[in-house]
Formats: sequence, C-alpha cells, structure tokens
Amino acid sequence: MKHMTRKATRHVNQNENLLFEKSSAGKAAWKLPPLDVPEVDTKELLGSSERKDLGNMPEVSEIEIIRHFTRLSTWNYAIDLGMYPLGSCTMKYNPRVNEVVSRLEGLANGHPYQPEKISQGALRIIKTLSDCLIEITGMDAITLQPAAGAHGELTGLLMVRAYHQAKGNPRKKVLIPDSAHGTNPASAAMVGYSVENLKSNERGMVDVAALTAQMNEDVAALMLTNPNTLGVFEQEIHKIAELMHAKGGLLYMDGANMNALVGKVRPGDFGVDVMHLNLHKTFSTPHGGGGPGSGPVAVKQTLEPFLPKPVVITKPDGTLGFEYNRPMSVGRVRAFYGNFGMFVRALAYILANGPDGLRQTTEDAVLNANYIRKGLEGVYDLPYSTPSMHEVVFSDKVQAKKGVKTGDIAKRLIDYGFHPYTVSFPLIVPGALMIEPTESESKEEMDLFIEAMRSIAEEVEEDPQTVLTAPHSTRVSRLDEVAAARKPVLRWKP
Amino acid sequence: MRYLPKSPADREALLKAIGAQSIDDLFAPIPAEYRLNRDLKVPRQMAESEIVDWYRERSRENGDGYATFLGAGAYYHYRPVIIDSLISRGEFLTAYTPYQAEISQGTLQSIFEFQTMICELTGMEVANASMYDGSTGAAEAVMMAVRLTGRNSVLVARSVHPEYREVLDTYASHQGMPLATVPFLDSGRVDLKALEKSFTPDTACVLLQSPNFFGTIEDVEAIADMAHQRGAMLVVSIAEAVSLGIVEPPRQADIVAMEAQSFGVPLGFGGPYCGVIATKEKYVRQMPGRLVGQTTDRNGKRGFVLTLATREQHIRREKATSNICTNQALVALMANIFMTVYGKVGLRELAKQNVTKAAYAHQHFAKHGKLLFSGAPRFHEFVVQTTEDPYAINSRLLGHKIVGGLPLRKFYPELGNAALWCCTELTTRSVIDTAVGLVAESERSVRAGKEAEVQEEVTR
Repeated sequence: MKHMTRKATRHVNQNENLLFEKSSAGKAAWKLPPLDVPEVDTKELLGSSERKDLGNMPEVSEIEIIRHFTRLSTWNYAIDLGMYPLGSCTMKYNPRVNEVVSRLEGLANGHPYQPEKISQGALRIIKTLSDCLIEITGMDAITLQPAAGAHGELTGLLMVRAYHQAKGNPRKKVLIPDSAHGTNPASAAMVGYSVENLKSNERGMVDVAALTAQMNEDVAALMLTNPNTLGVFEQEIHKIAELMHAKGGLLYMDGANMNALVGKVRPGDFGVDVMHLNLHKTFSTPHGGGGPGSGPVAVKQTLEPFLPKPVVITKPDGTLGFEYNRPMSVGRVRAFYGNFGMFVRALAYILANGPDGLRQTTEDAVLNANYIRKGLEGVYDLPYSTPSMHEVVFSDKVQAKKGVKTGDIAKRLIDYGFHPYTVSFPLIVPGALMIEPTESESKEEMDLFIEAMRSIAEEVEEDPQTVLTAPHSTRVSRLDEVAAARKPVLRWKP
Repeated sequence: MRYLPKSPADREALLKAIGAQSIDDLFAPIPAEYRLNRDLKVPRQMAESEIVDWYRERSRENGDGYATFLGAGAYYHYRPVIIDSLISRGEFLTAYTPYQAEISQGTLQSIFEFQTMICELTGMEVANASMYDGSTGAAEAVMMAVRLTGRNSVLVARSVHPEYREVLDTYASHQGMPLATVPFLDSGRVDLKALEKSFTPDTACVLLQSPNFFGTIEDVEAIADMAHQRGAMLVVSIAEAVSLGIVEPPRQADIVAMEAQSFGVPLGFGGPYCGVIATKEKYVRQMPGRLVGQTTDRNGKRGFVLTLATREQHIRREKATSNICTNQALVALMANIFMTVYGKVGLRELAKQNVTKAAYAHQHFAKHGKLLFSGAPRFHEFVVQTTEDPYAINSRLLGHKIVGGLPLRKFYPELGNAALWCCTELTTRSVIDTAVGLVAESERSVRAGKEAEVQEEVTR
C-alpha cells in the first residue's frame, strides 16, 4: 500500500470462541468456604419454588476466564491506545487514581441504607462534588441522582414541567434545534411534551428570528446544546435567553459539550435555567464500552424546590444527611442516590486539576480542535466557517463525488490506527465528519491523525475502491448489519 | 497539569499554525460580558498522594470494617478478584459504545455472552445489553408492556421495592399511565383476591417482584395465569440476582426487569449498578436499550454488531422506545465475569449458602422477636418484629461494628417495629449470634421493664 500509516503496525492477536464453546462439565473457577451453620433441606424450605437446573450456564476454570476476556479485550480500540476523536463524546483520558480511590474499602462496600452516622464519608463526597459542579456551571442547586445524560434530560424536563404546573399550566411543547442529539426529543416525549423543531441559520446557530416566531406561551422550554453539535458557541445566547424568559419559558442546556466551557464561561451566567452534565464526558469517568455514566442536573433557585428527592443537607450539628421531606419534588428518578462510584471519580478529577488545571484543560481542548480544523481545511469540506470551539464538523461533499461517503472514510481511518470520528451527525450536515480531539491529545498524535486524514483524501482520488472496502487490517471485515437486524440472533444456542 | 500532554512550546506552535495570537482569540466567540475572568472556586490542584489521602479519610468515615445485615435491593456478596483485574484493562475501561464493530469485537462478544447468560438464568428468550439499574429497568419494562398491549393502567404489588415504586410513579406521571397498588397478605405474598378484583379492561400489566422486598418468593405462575386470562402482561422485577441460582425463574412472565448488582458489582453506596430487561422474542422490537446480535463479515466470519437500532433515540428521536443512550456496559461486564466464574454449578451452591445462612438466622431471631411473613418460602431476607424500636437495637449493634436490619417504618408504617434482615454467604455465624443476642437482650429488658411497671402498679 502506498499510503501506510506511521501510527500502527499489524500484529498477531489471539482467536477466541464464545465462553459456552469452552465449557465442559466439572470445570470450575469458584470455591466457597465451608458452611459455619447447619445444612438445610432446600426442598423443604423452597418447595416447588426450588430451581432444578441452570440450563446452559458455562463451566470453565479461572485461567480460561482470564485468557478469554484478555483476548477479547485486545480486539477493542480504546483511549488508552490512541486518539478517539468522537465528536460530542469527549473521549478524554480516564485517570487511574480515580479507579484506585473508588475502590477504597469504605466507599466500595458502603451500603446505601447504612446509618447516616457511618455514611459521612460518602455524603461528604456528594456534597463536595455538588458544590464544585454548582460553581463550575454558575447554577444554584444540583441533583446527582440521574444515571446518565439522557436520564438527566428526563429529570430536568420533569422539573421544567413541575415548575410550569406550579404556576397553573404545564404548557405543551419543547423547542429543539435540528442539530440536537436524539436523546433530547426522546426525553421530551417521556415527559409528555410534544417536540417542535427549530431551524438553524446559515451560520449553524439558532435562528433568532425563527425562535421569535415560534416562541409562545405553549412552549415550556428550549433545549439547547451550547456549544452546539457543530462545535459553535451560540453567540446570541443572551437574546435567546431573553426571548424565552419574556414569554415565561425556560432555557434548558444540554451540557454534553461542557468541555469547551469549564473555567472560561458559566451557563448560569448566560441565562440557563436548568442543565445536565455528563460526568463520563467532561469529568473523565470512563465510558467502559457504553457506560456507566452519570448525568447530574443543575438548576437555578426557581427550580430548586422540584429537585428529585432525597437531597443532601448540612444538619444543625454540622453533620451531613439526606432530606426526604420535599413536598414539591418531582420524586425519585432512580433507586438510592445515583451512580455514586462516578461521583468519586469525577471529584478526583476536579481535585487533580484545581481551577488552573480545569481552565488549561478547556483551553487545550479548544486549541486542539482548531489545530485539526486548520490541518484538514481545504482537504475536506467545511460546511460552516463559523469559529470552532472544542469540536469541528466537516462534510464528505468533496469525496462523495468519487462515491466515497463519511462512513467509508471512517472505516478507512481504522486501518490508519485511529478510532473513527462521529459519522453522519449532526443531521443538519449531510455526510458529516464530527471531530472532537479533547485536551488529551499531544501535537504528535494530532499530526498523525491529520496525516492519516489527508492520506485518505488522496486515496479517494487515486484508488477509491481501497477506501470503499475498508477496513483491511481488522480481525473482521465490514459486518452485515442488515442481516443482523432482519433475522436477529441475540443469544448463543447449543 | 499532569494529564495534559503539551509543553508551552507545543501550545505556541499550535497557536502559530492556527494563525491565532493568543488562546483568547479562540474564545472570542463567547460574548465578553459572560467570560469568567477569575479562578473557579474549587479546591486547589492536588498531588496524587493528597487525593488518595483525602479519599482514605472519607473511606474511614464510611462504615469501613462493619459487618452488615442490610439488603433491600443492594446486596453484599463476595467479588472474585479477577473481575477487577479484567475490567481494569484499558481496552474495556476506556472504550466507547461499540458502534464501530470492527474495532469493538471484544465488547460486543462479551455483551452477547451476557445476553445469553441472562436468558439462561431468567428463562426468557432475549435480554438487552443493560439498563441503568433495577428501578429504572422496572419502569421501562412497564412502559414496554403498555406499548405492547395498547392499554394504559398498571397494577403494582406493594411488596415491590418501595424506591422502585417511587421511580415508576415518577416515570408514569406524565405518560397517562394510572397506577394502582395491590396489598400483600400475612404470608408476605401478593393478595391474589385483591389482585383479581383490581383488573380492569385497561390493565396493561402487573408488576411483581420475586423474591419480593420482604424476601418472600411470589406465586408467579398463579399471577401470570390471572394476568394472561385478562389479556394483561406480567412484568417481574428481580432485585437479588443470586436468587436465580436456586429459585425457579419467572418463566411465565412476559418481561423480566432485573438488577444484576449481586453479580460481582460493589455496593458502592448505591451505584453504579446494572439493570437488565429480558423478554420473549416476539416482543423484542418494543424493548428499550442496546442489543448485540450475531452476524457475519464479508468473508463469512462470525462477528457481532449493535442491532435493531431503529428502536433507539439516535434513529427514531421522539418516537423511540426510550430515551436511553448510555447504559451500564462495564458493570454488565462485571456481571458477565461473575456469572462465568460461578457458572452452572457454583451459582447454585452460592445461592444455597445464602438460603442456609438466612435460615439459621431467622430460626434464631424467631426465638426472641416475631418473624413476619413465615407462611411462604423465602430466599435470604426476612422481617423481624421487635417490641423495641429497631433503630434503638441497631444503634447498640453499631457498637459491635455490626449494621442491623433495615427498619421498615419509613416504607411500611403498618408493620410497626419491624426490620428487614439479610444474610449472604459473607454473613458469619458469630455475627448472626451477636445480633440475635442483642435482640434477645432487648426483648428481655423490655419485658423486665413491663413486669416492673406492673409490679409497681400492684404495689401502689
């Protein structure tokens, strides 16, 4: 191959079957201690409720389990291996001290119902993280209960609804820009709101004239991502907030892109009433192959009475405790108090950074995105020339002339040793390539990425077939997704 | 800042390449009046050693070294060490959702194995890749039944975890889903007669938990028959996954919503945990959450992909089956490894130890306090009623570094001085004996106090 990458070299990795295919009766990876109480007759205790058989559960030894999952792990790409430029996903470094402190005995084994007297450590972590996030967002109060970003949206909109309801009319609609994440409209629907689309203007921002026309007393809130999914800061944010507030509506901010703002500007200062954060994006908790996340929701004072319960309070004696007596609360959105293990990690990240580190992080994230933009401008089409914050969106307009689409370029990037960018999103850009490097990339890594993307663009001109059939270096080639959906095989069968 | 891979010279070089004078140029799009011109008021930058010390202190303040009888939806089981060795591999820990299948086969295959084992254990035909937790999973399962039946109202057993019911209340509040609660009997089981009377032509489903909040195993078959005869569905919530090792799974249910925390997930003060929804094949297109399916590549080689995405929010937006996006993948991997370690035989033996320890404990507690709900089989939780306030007994137990059972007054005021106790394979006989001893002492002293009062009356 003429265009080969400096980033990666192919090497042998191990094949591995499904667990069930290694199982045979009598192998075991477990050993229980001897019972210190008398044996019982389970038949007598459980009667017809006793289970007879565990079906096709596997029987394997410990070394086989270690090899099985280690082999599987080597088939994954990961931040620990290299740049993971997924736009709007903020794939930054996941510090290892976060993992260590979350496993300290008292925190890992703390039971959610243990008495408050012996829960002061966990409560202090919740309180300290809450205080930090309130300061970072410029809001007045917060709940850490939601388990992920979309769960945060649901929670935030429940509060929006409760707020309007308390004024006598829950209102009917939520306005959502056409560039928004799919979770926004899905969350609005779960709270019983109908969704009205809001068009973007030619600069990729909210069209203030359109908003003025669409805003009325049926609108409960506008859900805005800022910077939006084009990586563009909504420069008319003050007008947007004023327009909403003038008609009694609320401004909801999706904080997915908060990595562009921390320490530089606070949503609470530019008119946001309610917003969620993604601790697994901005605050470095690991994505873990799809979760767990954590989606705290911060609000202004006017929405504070509606926070999910319980909330953490400082008691007269100075100790911390849970307050359940919250008559205006929207209720619970999850059992217990949320994804506490993620709170531990996010706070460790904030402590490791301090105010100066958080600001530098944001500056580096924006610097990196602009460096990549500069490196690829002219090679890939830039549909919006508006300045970029922490991410940049190109399109496949030039390459599509040769029949090569954004998805093909993404697959070819794999051969160059990188995880693809976000493909075909936001929807307002046909054939989008959405790139977010985060602050975690060095100049060297970004130069390799730019080199790879430029090389692919050349390949599209010279030999589009190579790109169209990529990836060529992975253990499996392109998989038949249509067949997978048409005749779903969702479990192994003997 | 030690996580940032750039020297001052690198930053200068990048700015120069971009054509910016200073970093401020890049933040110019933010209106000046909103820019923050001061440091955030958060703690100063700390060294790694300081961070570890700060958390050690918090850990010591958090019940470190206490034995516990708490269960109630969060269970203390042993976690085989290989779980953390394996999930700490960066390729699992720091990977994103496996949308790019060719470089995510590790995550995808492990989820496929997880889905398979959940099916085996629950008696269902398909399982998803995880939900946030048992409570939200149960709420989403109920919403799924509403979509499938085209009916709206829901019957909820009062013996379902009270916080799960609260979450369902919240989810249902704006979706036109009226909820009605069905009481329990002295046996601890759902009151079938009351249930029967509660059905209406609009009943979409019954939500049940088994083993229920009191540890009692419900008569799933009878309730399934009752629901099915009326065209309604049965949704069964399982909060204690280890019970599946020895308790017959709810095969007659239409949807199972499970909490897999017991499968190797740390208590972690309530999360992150791992919800799962499992159901019959014919209902899969109304199932929320991610699903992994098997397929082949262009050379006919087996591989795995995320599938049936047309149910999901990133395709269907407001018409999706749920707004869920991020799930609990890494926690599901813990559960996957746990299920593999114990496997077909070990899981049963583990469950049996749990039943055995609890049987020893409740037999001994019953000699002093009153064992409620003794008329039906149970797994490893039981309710003991005492004369004295359980909070008072618990505060004495704390002196022995033991956390006693959960006082139930907050959730079930009608049960008076009752507490929910849980034993697992980690509960030692000596801890049980100490706790039983303190309950016995409490009953004796209350009785002695009463006798003294009576004596006083008589003398006066």
